[in-house]
Amino acid sequence: MSTLLAAPPGTIPAPTIEYTQLAPMMLVFGAAIVGVLVEAFAPRHLRSAVHVPLTLLSLAGAFALTILLAVDGTRNVAAMGAVAVDGPSLFIHGTILVLAFVSVLLFNERLQFVSQAASVPGSTEEEDSLEEGAVQTEVYPLALFAIGGMLLFSAANDLLAMFVGLEVMSLPLYLLCGLARRRRLLSQEAAVKYFLLGAFSSAFFLYGMALIYGFAGSVDLAKINDALGSASGRDTLLYVGAALLGVGLLFKIGAAPFQAWKPDVYQGAPTPITALMASGTLVAAFGAVLRVFWVALGNLDWDWRPVMWGVAILTMVVGAILAITQTDIKRMLAYSSIAHAGFLLTGVIATGGPAQNEEALSGILFYLVAYGFTTVGAFAVVTMVRDAGGEAGHLSRWAGLGKRSPLLAGVFAFFLLAFAGIPLTSGFFGKYAVFAAAVSGGATPLVIVGVVSSAIAAFFYVRVIVLMFFSDPAPDGPTVDVSSMGTAAVVAVAAAATVVLGVLPQPVLDLADAAAHSLFVR
Amino acid sequence: MLSVAIFLPLAAACVLAALPRLGASAARAVWILVSAAVLGLAAAMWAGYPGGVAYEQRLRWIPSLGAGYHVGVDGMSLPLVALTALLFLVCAVYTGRDTPRMPAYAAFFLFLEAVSLGLFAALDLLLFFVFFDLSIVGMYFVIVGWGHGDRARSALRFFLYTFLGSLALLLGFIGLFLGGGTFDLVELAARPPFRAEPGIAGLVLLAVGIGFAVKTPVVPVHTWLPPAHTDAPAAGSAILAGILLKMGAYGLARVALPVLPGAWQRHAWVVIAIGVVSVVYGAFVALAQRDLKRLIAYTSVNHMGYIVLALGAAGLAAGDERARDLAVTGAVTQMVSHGLVTGALFLLAGVVWDRAHDYDLTRLGGLAGPAPVLTALTAVAAFASLGLPGLSGFIAEFQIFAGVIGTGIPGAAVAGAIAVAGVLVTAALFLRVLQRAFLGGPGELTARFTDVRPRELLAVAPLLALSLAVGIAPRPLLDLVEPAAAAVVTLVSR
Repeated sequence: MSTLLAAPPGTIPAPTIEYTQLAPMMLVFGAAIVGVLVEAFAPRHLRSAVHVPLTLLSLAGAFALTILLAVDGTRNVAAMGAVAVDGPSLFIHGTILVLAFVSVLLFNERLQFVSQAASVPGSTEEEDSLEEGAVQTEVYPLALFAIGGMLLFSAANDLLAMFVGLEVMSLPLYLLCGLARRRRLLSQEAAVKYFLLGAFSSAFFLYGMALIYGFAGSVDLAKINDALGSASGRDTLLYVGAALLGVGLLFKIGAAPFQAWKPDVYQGAPTPITALMASGTLVAAFGAVLRVFWVALGNLDWDWRPVMWGVAILTMVVGAILAITQTDIKRMLAYSSIAHAGFLLTGVIATGGPAQNEEALSGILFYLVAYGFTTVGAFAVVTMVRDAGGEAGHLSRWAGLGKRSPLLAGVFAFFLLAFAGIPLTSGFFGKYAVFAAAVSGGATPLVIVGVVSSAIAAFFYVRVIVLMFFSDPAPDGPTVDVSSMGTAAVVAVAAAATVVLGVLPQPVLDLADAAAHSLFVR
Repeated sequence: MLSVAIFLPLAAACVLAALPRLGASAARAVWILVSAAVLGLAAAMWAGYPGGVAYEQRLRWIPSLGAGYHVGVDGMSLPLVALTALLFLVCAVYTGRDTPRMPAYAAFFLFLEAVSLGLFAALDLLLFFVFFDLSIVGMYFVIVGWGHGDRARSALRFFLYTFLGSLALLLGFIGLFLGGGTFDLVELAARPPFRAEPGIAGLVLLAVGIGFAVKTPVVPVHTWLPPAHTDAPAAGSAILAGILLKMGAYGLARVALPVLPGAWQRHAWVVIAIGVVSVVYGAFVALAQRDLKRLIAYTSVNHMGYIVLALGAAGLAAGDERARDLAVTGAVTQMVSHGLVTGALFLLAGVVWDRAHDYDLTRLGGLAGPAPVLTALTAVAAFASLGLPGLSGFIAEFQIFAGVIGTGIPGAAVAGAIAVAGVLVTAALFLRVLQRAFLGGPGELTARFTDVRPRELLAVAPLLALSLAVGIAPRPLLDLVEPAAAAVVTLVSR
């Protein structure tokens, strides 16, 4: 703004864009646009063959660029203060890109995605398109746009860029949710629900942003923080604005009382998309939450902390208790994701001095990696257990899976134990790191609630394990589809990550420590 | 050598888990061989034990969390390591080839063996916690998979109760870490955290205490124990009572006393009260049981109460130091003795279930006729459990009473006197069992009984023989335990 005013009238100075520092994001968005062009010009039978390598290579390339940036040691604010390039954002970008890569490996448009999204479910048109063998290969560019949005959302250094990131991430996801091949009505319902509630939360976010701008005169996170000290007399704008921003962000992480969309959407969406949302979106949203609450509203922590306490307690308890009553595996995992968001929030609350913030941030980052891998792995297993009518979602169908397919059931049991936080799995150290940070940050009562809800959560994880191994299989039980190499690879990678992070977490802890060391740039 | 003993069963468990199609005989052979090898290692360690903390091994694991792989044994843990090795071998011998899903069963027991050995050897709190938690998971699957009756429900109650306890324990360990800056038990004991903040030390002790109290268990957090024991398979019950319960009492002696000495001293009377209540309540509730296994389970509450009482008395800094040494020695001896005797009792109860498929004492009777050897074994085990001189229970309980009363503090003397009354009730209830089930006229289920099979005899006899050996010549054991107990008393008296 000041540069604008200082320039002589009649000329508009060009903004400086640090292209090298934004390269990972640019690569993903560029690949997404190329993907759209492929949709437009490539012959139908070639599209899939082009999309898969294009998507995977661009994600791998973006990951490599992120590593280069991290090694390079660049830490500043790029693109005129719109995007932060710092330790936490690079770590989160790396995590999102790896998890997205793994989730995209699960994509299989003939198995999971609808043949023609525009056809009415159950119509002759749908039958025709099925016979014709049509596929919606648009899922690949859409996913890339969503992933690019996640990158921007988690690294945005001003609220406007954050909102753009939020929308670029969310809009493709709304569409992708409605593209399930089986049980299409459920899928479309999920998409509509997600869209409506998501639109509301975006509106909350936007309105909150406007009020904060009214308070601080800027949307830049660091300037908002500065204004907290100097501006006075406009506190109403600040409090209402912060609350509305909080609603928008807490919706995205699925914190109670804004968690209602999660089970419906996770259940209805095609499972690879669920995996992408449960891992990538959650990581990105936590990046944004940390940035808004620690950077922009960092000096307001005395005011938002009590509210966050309430939200965290409610989230943990609601997630853990409602999960018990679920009979669908994807809904159960959705509620478990809500409970995990609550555990992560205990880390968000554990602020204090710089050393304390570093510890809490490092714990959250480690948790996000650990949880992300495990959850992608769990959803990958869900895609493999299939009935005649698609995935076997109902828990009763999973009875005796351990007898039919001991290896797959064993791996799934392992993921569930990791969710429960049993030692020697990644979940234990994740939970440990976050809870230890919260205890040293003075949030011991919150940790006690966390501990109790982990015990409740352990109950339904263990129940599924018992169901798989100690119940008799139904005679017409689901089959295990091991035809997809990609899915098998995802399960293997996720299981390996869960073991390694559980037994030898030191390298990743070091990385998280290093990323958290400089905290956020301002 | 110690690490080999820990990881050998773990490796064997992985191999068995990877080979679910293995025949039952082969799986059982692997199980017995590996357990025997571990027992051999434990015996070698005992024979070559030089005193102090021996066979120590320290590796970097997670330096940024201040946690390392640090194991070692001293006079307190070595008897328990040996007991673990013996009891698991005995369970392997006891288990028949007809057990369903034998490879998985053996794998779970080997896994539990590794975890138990690791726990008793751990000198790092995080490592300790890892093994503590894994023991819960392993035992849960043993009960769910191979138990009887309402096993899913019992196992779940066991899991939730002890898992919640373990999370409280984790909370306490996090507190210790924040206070001491490390998870290393040796360093923590050398520089106890929270010396200047009694309030925080009390809260940390509460968290740690809840964790161990659930596992021990003491009244009022014992309610998971009877159903878990009743519905577990015989070998599972033997391990649960013989080894897993020790983890709680051992944890108190290993972690709470040396690391939080001030808090332990201040709250010693609470611990003593809990111990006495457990002793009396456990004994009386056991007296009222009709179910043989529930009865034995409640005697466990009673027996573990003596240990808690002794450890509480160790915290009475004003008391006579030699008497407190004696009490802690008695507590460790009681852990070993209870492991041997209750392990044997549960295996014998397993024989009863195998024949009658019922534990109801009122439907049994006159078993001495068809099963004289079973009767003799049960009689010896019962007498050992009620503390008859000449058997291990007497040595342990005598030391505890002498130590507690010998502290010279009136309150402790009263507590000791009340606890002695517990022995009387235990004696009554075991005599009642012998009279009801084994002597007297035949009951409705007596016709189904045959005498013990060779493998059952082979499993139970060594336990009772050792109990007898400890009862007659306790010196080898006490020579090992006494220095370690004195060290703990010195640490807690700071």
